Amino acid sequence: MSARDEVLARVRAALSGDGKAGAAAPSAAQPARTYRTASEHAPGSATALEILVDRLEDYKAHVHRASGDDEVARVVGDLLADARSVVVPPRLPAGWTDALGAGTVVVQDSREDPRSALELDEVDAVVTAARVAIADTGTIVLDGEPDQGRRAISLVPDLHVCVVRAEQVVHTVPEGVRLLAAYPGRPQTWISGPSATSDIELSRVEGVHGPRTLHVVLVG
Amino acid sequence: MSTFLGLPRRRTVPDDAAPFGDVPHPDDPLRWGETFPDAARAALANTQLRTNLGHATSTIRAKRALVVDEVPDWEALRDAGSAIKTDVMARLPELLTELERNVTARGGVVHWARDADEANRIVADLVKATGETEVVKVKSMATQEIGLNEALAAEGIAAVETDLAELIVQLADDMPSHILVPAIHRNRAEIREIFLQRMGDVPADLTDAPRELAMAARAHLRRKFLSAKVAISGANFGVVDTGTLAVVESEGNGRMCLTLPETLITVMGIEKLVPTYADLEVFLQLLPRSSTGERMNPYTSLWTGVTPGDGPQAFHLVLLDNGRTDVLADEVGRAALHCIRCSACLNVCPVYERVGGHAYGSVYPGPIGAILTPQLTKSSAGGGGRHDDPNSALPYASTLCGACYDVCPVKIDIPSILVELRAREVDADREGRPTGWGAAMKAASFVMRDERRFELAEKAAVLGRLAGGRDGRVSRLPFPGSRWTSSRDLPVPARQSFRSWWAEDHDGPTHNEPPHDGPPHDEDDAR
Ligand code: SF4
Repeated sequence: MSARDEVLARVRAALSGDGKAGAAAPSAAQPARTYRTASEHAPGSATALEILVDRLEDYKAHVHRASGDDEVARVVGDLLADARSVVVPPRLPAGWTDALGAGTVVVQDSREDPRSALELDEVDAVVTAARVAIADTGTIVLDGEPDQGRRAISLVPDLHVCVVRAEQVVHTVPEGVRLLAAYPGRPQTWISGPSATSDIELSRVEGVHGPRTLHVVLVG
Repeated sequence: MSTFLGLPRRRTVPDDAAPFGDVPHPDDPLRWGETFPDAARAALANTQLRTNLGHATSTIRAKRALVVDEVPDWEALRDAGSAIKTDVMARLPELLTELERNVTARGGVVHWARDADEANRIVADLVKATGETEVVKVKSMATQEIGLNEALAAEGIAAVETDLAELIVQLADDMPSHILVPAIHRNRAEIREIFLQRMGDVPADLTDAPRELAMAARAHLRRKFLSAKVAISGANFGVVDTGTLAVVESEGNGRMCLTLPETLITVMGIEKLVPTYADLEVFLQLLPRSSTGERMNPYTSLWTGVTPGDGPQAFHLVLLDNGRTDVLADEVGRAALHCIRCSACLNVCPVYERVGGHAYGSVYPGPIGAILTPQLTKSSAGGGGRHDDPNSALPYASTLCGACYDVCPVKIDIPSILVELRAREVDADREGRPTGWGAAMKAASFVMRDERRFELAEKAAVLGRLAGGRDGRVSRLPFPGSRWTSSRDLPVPARQSFRSWWAEDHDGPTHNEPPHDGPPHDEDDAR
């Protein structure tokens, strides 16, 4: 018997009670879902944004506000004033990098024309959009679409500027998951603050292997 | 500890330097060291260990309590988590084949492994096929459980652990003592020492500041991440209806391994499934708050098979049994398979806090280890195991205080399962041994030397006595949902017996305690 068939046969036998006196199968009732799946705070509402900012800052992300795309360009330009290079996904909304200094090289990356990990390691920063943000947990989710790019570009450079639109901000985890469920097959990265470790005496240290600095620009 | 059942072997560091710990790599990651009472006694004498653990567990307990308290529907989430896992177990055959179908449809390759050897064989062959001799690893309990690193080393493949705590354990040639923070038994000064002696490329003026230590690990691993061709991971969840795998982490080492290499091999226990993508909304709330005490962990990666142009272009999923189907066959014990490895039960356990993870002689320590390890290894007498198997003592590594059940995000009733496993041991005693004495000894033999521990033991003993009948046997215990029946009874613990049993067994008769031949039955207690 193949390993597959044997494991499956063992699982079936375990559930049928064979060989174990009185081992009744567990019931397959539909799980009750009485937890919150919606929120009184609508996506993009002032309260949702307020909670998101509070949570992001609690985990040492830096939050900046922008009223529109023009202001995004200005904020991004300010944040990356010292960056020698910045990598961008293939379809970052037009204008977001317009205010970068003349000395900052913009590196293009796409699935069709990817930079190597070693090349990305030479890049100072990355600018991406996001798919959804979850206020309750201070989480930003990227799903690899062309305005966010390959997973590697938001991982290797040490500074990540992530632009989130107000209407993308939901209050609870279930609201976020339900939006993401439309495209579950996309590679997702859930980001809640900069990388961190608590492995030494359980005291939290921000900034390990992932970007050590996370800037979130909230638009609207 | 003084004696070992497993022989030290295949060290991952040169043999010329003595290991930092007293725990060499055993042959069987699920069965090593002495029996729990003996190992616990040795651990209790280690004040450094107790200080490190006391500090770490009290920190994490406070953090967890804070972030759990701010969730208004926490109990509803626990109920849902528990119900979803029950449903998974009930439908496991169809869910496994559906997951296989969906992973395959997205370009992944699914392998099945009956046991540790088979899983190790599959992984080693996959790595060899790439021609690589070094792989990067994301911390994973499943690969710890099967001893994958040692098996790969035997084939000339170096597996580099990239989680900070796992790296500390690997560099020290130690064993993990906690399922989330494997190096929880080490303090910053010890970690600095390990890095200085073993890492090779650390600055000589390295201090013991956690930030500096973390930066040293970052620098050490960076080159490996950027050049690695093969990565090995576990998975926190396997989503059946989409074929999506999830890894929850903090440092970004997981993202590095899951994103940069060309080939990704994931080893996952067959119980790790959730039926639908939407179920993640339950578990991604329960897990981070229960484990690291964060609202959300810094990084969670979700991937589905292969995504052209983004991430590894070869993906293998190894589905592992290794004793899980034996656990599944047990109507009471199968709830142990619901575990999402958050480690909350370890952090609240008064026994774990005092004796540490190594005393359990398994990569799964603490309350969950006390019910999972003996079942996975079929060690409890009821499971056909032998009394001299060190794992048969594990169900006694508890005061039955119930704290583990209270914090478990999927509501595993650990105390009731412990009681059931003990009862079976007693049943087996009836047939094989003269009295219930041996089992009673196990219950008593790690009894606490400090106040709180003794208090808790007292409490459990008093509960036992309250439930005892006139004949001095316990026929019903007041634990929630206890499956205890009148046909399975235990000797009633007597108030004075704990200290004297301990003294009798371990240090010889002491004080004024009279020697005795069996559990002392105080006249009052039998009433
Ligand atoms: S048994 Fe429960 S509390 Fe313990 S590690 Fe598993 S899920 Fe967490």
